[in-house]
Amino acid sequence: MKVLIAIKRVIDYNVKIRVKSDNSGVETANVKFSMNPFDEIAVEEAVRLKEAGKAEELVAVSMGVAQCQETIRTALAMGADRGILVQTDAELQPLAVAKLLKALVDKEQPQLVILGKQAIDDDSNQTGQMLAALLGWPQGTFASKVTLGDGKAEVVREIDGGLETVEIKLPAVVSTDLRLNEPRYASLPNIMKAKKKPIDTVTPADLGVDVAPRLVTLKVEEPAKRKAGVKVASVAELVDKLKNEAKVI
Amino acid sequence: MDFEFDETQVQIRDSIQKICAAYGDEYWLEKDRHGGFPDDFARDIAEAGWLGIALPERYGGAGLGVTEAAIMMMAIAESGAGFAGASAVHINIFGLKPVAVHGTEEQKRAWLPPIIRGEHRACFGVTEPNAGLDTARIQTRAERQGGEYLVHGAKIWTSTAQSANKILLLARTAPLEATPNPIDGLTLFYTDLDRRHVQVKEIEKMGRKAVDSNMVFIDGLRVPVDHRIGEEGKGFRYLLEGFNPERILIAAEAVGLGRAALRKATQYAKERHVFGRPIGQNQGIQHPLARSWAELEAANLMLFKAAALYDAGRPCGAEANAAKYLAAEAGFHACETAVMVHGGMGYAKEYHVERYMREVMIPRLAPVSRELVLSFLAERVLGLPKSY
Repeated sequence: MKVLIAIKRVIDYNVKIRVKSDNSGVETANVKFSMNPFDEIAVEEAVRLKEAGKAEELVAVSMGVAQCQETIRTALAMGADRGILVQTDAELQPLAVAKLLKALVDKEQPQLVILGKQAIDDDSNQTGQMLAALLGWPQGTFASKVTLGDGKAEVVREIDGGLETVEIKLPAVVSTDLRLNEPRYASLPNIMKAKKKPIDTVTPADLGVDVAPRLVTLKVEEPAKRKAGVKVASVAELVDKLKNEAKVI
Repeated sequence: MDFEFDETQVQIRDSIQKICAAYGDEYWLEKDRHGGFPDDFARDIAEAGWLGIALPERYGGAGLGVTEAAIMMMAIAESGAGFAGASAVHINIFGLKPVAVHGTEEQKRAWLPPIIRGEHRACFGVTEPNAGLDTARIQTRAERQGGEYLVHGAKIWTSTAQSANKILLLARTAPLEATPNPIDGLTLFYTDLDRRHVQVKEIEKMGRKAVDSNMVFIDGLRVPVDHRIGEEGKGFRYLLEGFNPERILIAAEAVGLGRAALRKATQYAKERHVFGRPIGQNQGIQHPLARSWAELEAANLMLFKAAALYDAGRPCGAEANAAKYLAAEAGFHACETAVMVHGGMGYAKEYHVERYMREVMIPRLAPVSRELVLSFLAERVLGLPKSY
């Protein structure tokens, strides 16, 4: 079975995000980038499937600027077999990404597409669902456990207030949640092996996909500064404030 | 001229950062307080294959250059592991280069894989109490007796000898008077640290308590001839080849630790409010921090220039020595500034920067003093008469 893993290059989760002075976006110059943590979980899950003998080939796909190749190389060092970079300097919104992924799925014919439930930069949480819709495939989103069976997969989903177990027919799209697994570090021998693994580069035009944005970003702002809290002397005072000042109870 | 890390180099830095993230400030504070080798940290580094970064692929290494090794060591120190973390693995990185370059096929196959896997721990028996920087005048003798050498002498500042099972040992095999050039007549061995004939005594020191430094007394250690590296009498020449990479790695560690200190100090300057505003708003706080950043960046450029020259097979003595000098001083200024920016809290162990300041004395003193670096640069770069 072939598995396609979609990974995104995002600003590293340790970086303190700064908004550009003209409010057009966030500062990306001299900022550390790394793989979207949810996508790292997707790579790890795919590698575990391969190690368990349930997947034969793992293809890691990333889209965006040339440096996305670094992100693909990280996936290769974790255990993916080859990479595909859809290279473009254009802004890619979730629908465009889903369309590009669909074009690649048509070409590669994987039985499973696995990807993070959302990227930590724009928090859209749309790509997996859009891709499933475009392909007409079943989806198992927010997966905290994935068990592959014969022609089907059992996915335990994290939902409000608990867990839901669904069975989906393959081929399918699975989006990963935080508790699915703990991604491994790339070891040095595997980093060296990854250098020799192939990465193909294509463009949106090669795939015949129009990636023009459908949404326009009007402005980006920092969250409002939180005001300092107050200390209360007693539970009675707290209840009083919640009732009369905050009016929440 | 390209100042960007390539893909592999970025991965090296990121992967090391991830390993180090499991060993936070409290871990190293505890190691500094009570000592004890950071075995779990060293094991994690070894298990992910990092000890072989600069050793040949044939023997389980990655065959990368000193540039990549420097990135690795800098990332370890910069994580806050400082010299306790860096020194715990430092010798495995370049220590056995003489074996890789001058050893026989048999020696390489026997010795390199266990060092890369972290199963063997080696220590460096070079410096002596009565020789110091004048290595050619070491007094440890190895006398050939049939199929072995009989070794007597003493070494000092031998790190990790408390737990090492191997020693890279430099000893005189021909008397100083009998060699026209004093750097000849010294022979290099890699042999078992047989504690029946080797007494190891720990030196209590200012910082880096986790990684022991020792005096080593060798009395009648028998070393088989096939534990000799390369030719008899050429040992110091083999070691000299490793001096430049070692200076580059030490420089990388110093820059890393300086950056850790600068990070802590900057954070504190943003958070600490006095007179109704963050202290980092005061130029008296800002300028030393900004100067430290500039100094660390300059040292960083010099060390990676030296590394690039070395990896390209070009001479790099001046650059490697200058990098060691600049990085140690920049690291020291950063650590000192970090303590001062923290005010009284800088003196408290729980703020970590006083530990950094004690550790950053290491690259100022070792493997060669600032003064000898400057004397070397004066002579070799500026063409002034030799002073030492």
